[in-house]
Amino acid sequence: MSSVNATTFEVLNKELAAKIDTIITNNANNSTKLVGILLEVQAIVPKQYLPLEIAAYISQKMNIPLSRIYDVISFYAALSDVPRADCVIQLCDSVVCKVTGNTVLKESLQELLGIKVNEITADGKYALEPTACFGACDIAPAIRVNGRVFGHLTSKEKVKKVLDNYK
Amino acid sequence: MKNVKIIIDNKDLVVPEGTTILEAAKKVNINIPHLCYHPDQAIKANCRLCVVEVAGSKKLTPACSSFVFEGMEIRTNTKKVRDMQTGVLELILANHDQNCLQCLRNGTCELQDLCRRFNISKTNLEDTVEALPLDDTNPSLVRDSSKCVKCNRCVEACQKTQEVHVLTHSHRSVHYNITPAYEMPLEDTLCVFCGQCAAVCPTGAIVEKDETQKVWDAIYDPRKHVIVQVAPAVRVALGDSFNLPKGDIVTGKMVAALRRLGIEQVFDTNFTADLTILEEANELIKRITEGGTLPLITSCSPGWVNFIEGRYDHLLDHLSTCKSPQQMFGSLSKTYYADLIGLDPKDIFTVSIMPCTAKKYEAQRPEFEKDGVRDVDVALTTRELARMIQASGIEFTDLEEDQFDNPFGIGTGAGAIFGASGGVTEAALRTAYEVITGKGLPNLNFLQVRGLEGIKEATIDLDGLELKVAVAQGLSNAKVLLKQIQNGTSPYAFIEIMGCPGGCIGGGGQPIKSTLEVKAKRMKALYKIDADLPLRKSHKNPDIIKLYDEYLGAPLGEKSHELLHTHYHSRNKKYDFSSLKK
Amino acid sequence: MLKTVSFITENFGKYDPKSIDSYLSIGGFTAVKRALTMSSNEIIDMAKAASIKGRGGAAYDTGRKWSQAASVPGLNKVVICNADEGEPCTFKDRAIIENDPFRLLEGMIIAGYTVGAQNGYIYLREEYSHLRPLLINAIAESKAKGFLGQNILGSGFSFEIHLYSGAGAYVCGEGSTLIESIEGKSGRPRIKPPFIKECGLFQLPTLVNNVETLAIAAAALTHGIDDYIAFGTEKSPGSKIISLAGNVKKPGTYEIPFGLTIREIIYDIGGGITDDNELKFFQLGGASGSIGPASIVDTPYTYEDLGKVGLTVGSGGVLVVDDRTRVIDFVKSIQDFFIHESCGKCTPCREGNRQILRIVDRFVDGAQNPRDLETAERFAHIMSNCAFCGLGETAQSTLLSAIKYFPEEFEVKGGKLE
Repeated sequence: MSSVNATTFEVLNKELAAKIDTIITNNANNSTKLVGILLEVQAIVPKQYLPLEIAAYISQKMNIPLSRIYDVISFYAALSDVPRADCVIQLCDSVVCKVTGNTVLKESLQELLGIKVNEITADGKYALEPTACFGACDIAPAIRVNGRVFGHLTSKEKVKKVLDNYK
Repeated sequence: MKNVKIIIDNKDLVVPEGTTILEAAKKVNINIPHLCYHPDQAIKANCRLCVVEVAGSKKLTPACSSFVFEGMEIRTNTKKVRDMQTGVLELILANHDQNCLQCLRNGTCELQDLCRRFNISKTNLEDTVEALPLDDTNPSLVRDSSKCVKCNRCVEACQKTQEVHVLTHSHRSVHYNITPAYEMPLEDTLCVFCGQCAAVCPTGAIVEKDETQKVWDAIYDPRKHVIVQVAPAVRVALGDSFNLPKGDIVTGKMVAALRRLGIEQVFDTNFTADLTILEEANELIKRITEGGTLPLITSCSPGWVNFIEGRYDHLLDHLSTCKSPQQMFGSLSKTYYADLIGLDPKDIFTVSIMPCTAKKYEAQRPEFEKDGVRDVDVALTTRELARMIQASGIEFTDLEEDQFDNPFGIGTGAGAIFGASGGVTEAALRTAYEVITGKGLPNLNFLQVRGLEGIKEATIDLDGLELKVAVAQGLSNAKVLLKQIQNGTSPYAFIEIMGCPGGCIGGGGQPIKSTLEVKAKRMKALYKIDADLPLRKSHKNPDIIKLYDEYLGAPLGEKSHELLHTHYHSRNKKYDFSSLKK
Repeated sequence: MLKTVSFITENFGKYDPKSIDSYLSIGGFTAVKRALTMSSNEIIDMAKAASIKGRGGAAYDTGRKWSQAASVPGLNKVVICNADEGEPCTFKDRAIIENDPFRLLEGMIIAGYTVGAQNGYIYLREEYSHLRPLLINAIAESKAKGFLGQNILGSGFSFEIHLYSGAGAYVCGEGSTLIESIEGKSGRPRIKPPFIKECGLFQLPTLVNNVETLAIAAAALTHGIDDYIAFGTEKSPGSKIISLAGNVKKPGTYEIPFGLTIREIIYDIGGGITDDNELKFFQLGGASGSIGPASIVDTPYTYEDLGKVGLTVGSGGVLVVDDRTRVIDFVKSIQDFFIHESCGKCTPCREGNRQILRIVDRFVDGAQNPRDLETAERFAHIMSNCAFCGLGETAQSTLLSAIKYFPEEFEVKGGKLE
């Protein structure tokens, strides 16, 4: 039957495989640490995602069924099976940021990046993702860039200042 | 165990502690609606159709996952219960492709039954079928997620019963789905095509790949000589599709129906089952006496073969090189039989009727083809045969009994019990004993290897030679025995593995609702066929003896090797990571 | 007049959360030291007397929970600290971890000692991953000083704390779902029975407590409970950390005594509505909580008074919404949240949310069908009655309370709702 016996990989290489090995070893190859391991691995994969070849590699290394790894990847919002970007900008989409007026923030981001929410810039550098409340309501409206929170973004100038850190 | 008193719909009832409300209700003839509940599986409680009212509880209680307690008062039919159940059913239906007329499960669909029961035809809800693409690229199974109700029965079958771990639930909320990893088609996964998922699916979300049209086309093609073989397990299950009592033996009616369909010669796979025994028993003896790889493991279950090729390919030497009875028949039909009736093999159209979806995959393996002629042209499941009979308007239950044709019409009791887990072992032992010892077997019944237990074992004294054998049914049980071999702790000389629980009688192609209870009845029926037959040892089958005399020579001989044996290969892994090693 | 109090939050800003020495210099680990001299029953009695209700949202009595956990047989038990604070408008656990991580550890050690557990797990939401280093350090330093590990302070009691990360799933705030996640699986709730108190993480008896609950326990053991129960009302003694946000001048976390009115919370503590707009409604306890209109703003913030008007304390979120927001847009935003967060396992939640979203979308556009409201209400009730877990049961609280308090916003036929 048809199946691809691929020895060429899109993102996996010796260096990345070695880093993944280290992450798995640091977590004692403990299958209960899968969620954390996947987060750590995703952070070192270019474009911050977990393609099939990586999941299959982890599946084999940790002796966890690929289907279970996929269930985990597809379930959690912080894990992605499709390419994201070098810089992932998460716009809080929650009700608190909405009532406090995140329209300016959203429009500024879209304008400055030249993409809409849920899109990735053509050069693959920035992804603009909506996200659930990340608990920064006291400084709403807020965004998270590669895990770091920025708040009080009430004007285009403030948004631009944040983005300037990620050129 | 302690008993508890409960009240269901004003009826007093005493049931053992640990009974669920759903099971308790069955005892007073109340069938609480359900979709995810399955009597042979773990409790899931995700469809939420079985909610009932329990006195003292504000919210409704799921009947499938709630256990009775002393004094529990349950109401299964109040307005609130009905309204809620109807609502849940409407929600399921709104996300279900309602083109029932084009569905293979039309008439055997549990969702359809419930909609009829609740008198729901069309809901006020907006239909929201958001489905993945159809997966129909493999030879065995078709997955249509637009019909999936997300009950997770198939996931349980794949992960727990079979431990194949191909199907999983994935994503969340409205994107929640049942799928292989990365939405790969089954063909690209290590799916073994056992069809246990299809066997438990309440709807038409996973079905056998229907090939009935190919058979109709061959029947209507005047150039084709259409012959059929029927596997042992089909005759004790086909009756289910015609509302006959479970476990009814319908061999004669089945043969008659096949003839009415326009099949020219109706043969019995029991015959090639006997042939398999002759080859395999001799293979076992040879490996024992000449120091071959032991334990020898049976290879007649194609789901099992797919499994070992995919996941334990380092143990392939243990597999018997014997083709399965289906493929031995296929091979003989295009050689021996073609010679016998003087036809070009390409004009013979060989159909097999199997309890199994993996047989479709097996029939299409590249090694089972010679000069562009397939050994088996089409493998139909029991369900497909039932549909053909229904389509032709034949009143199955009223048919007069008919008999198999020769030269592949005689099967012994040993061939018949191939359909039940443990049957191959018992059949092989009947022959091996007499071949090795040269004595007549005093008691033909090897009761230790019969029954529905996951792993069975027996020790047989072959005139001083102690032979330890084991039998596993279902792939999770097979894994246990494989791990022993891996660890070097396997004490057995012979292992029988059937991919499906119960063996072929519980195959993925059998009529829907093959619960353990039904499987037990089918098993009993096969042993009755065996017990009632005058011939119960494969090597005593006169037509087998004749076949060797006239055509094959001796078991394991040159001709046998060419026609009746095969080889195995590792099923390609998607990725080879060896290049990444430092 | 200062309306906030300082009991649970007393250490905030008083020490360097990166340093155990700093913590010890303000009397840190007094609670653990005291607890180790007490019996399990004495601690349980104290918790019961303080009437500490679970602060994750379920408001289950902590003393009772600990008592049940202690009586479950088992040599190997587990305490989980639920730091998966996922309710929108809730960030008080973040404030506790940021300002006082050692007190949280104290709470866990005490809980472990009380119920007889050997291992504690902190399940920290991915959104708070920036707090990981703080917790990793706190655990390491506590271990180095003998407050964690074998034979703590010579008491014979041994306890380890492990840090696990979530990966963005609100539903993992539910106990059994959180356990699935710690076990390395997708976060879908488990069937009960077995109950997690008997068979939870790794099949072991498991106690799950919220961050704030554990912090209160530590505070109560530090100072005794008299000061604590002096706050609040007879039926709701003590204090609560609220997360105040939305259209309010001074959003933030505040520790308040139970019994303040919502008006006092919004106007006295929060400084009033942004731009001095009109208060339209407020939502308590996050997305799973109901909304209350301005007309009930004088309701005291207690379990019993809120209960009377169909509101809950929940996680302690107080979201203030002024008259610039349409109710239906608010409902839509909540509905989007649950569409994102439902685990999909059970029919009512997966399909009910899907159908209700379509209806809500039509209301937003002013294009609703005549029977839409009735249908939405019907399926909202089916969800609350039949869903598998608390997420589905409470997902429609906003919609149902919005229909109750603002029926006029759902009545407009045709055209834009304005």
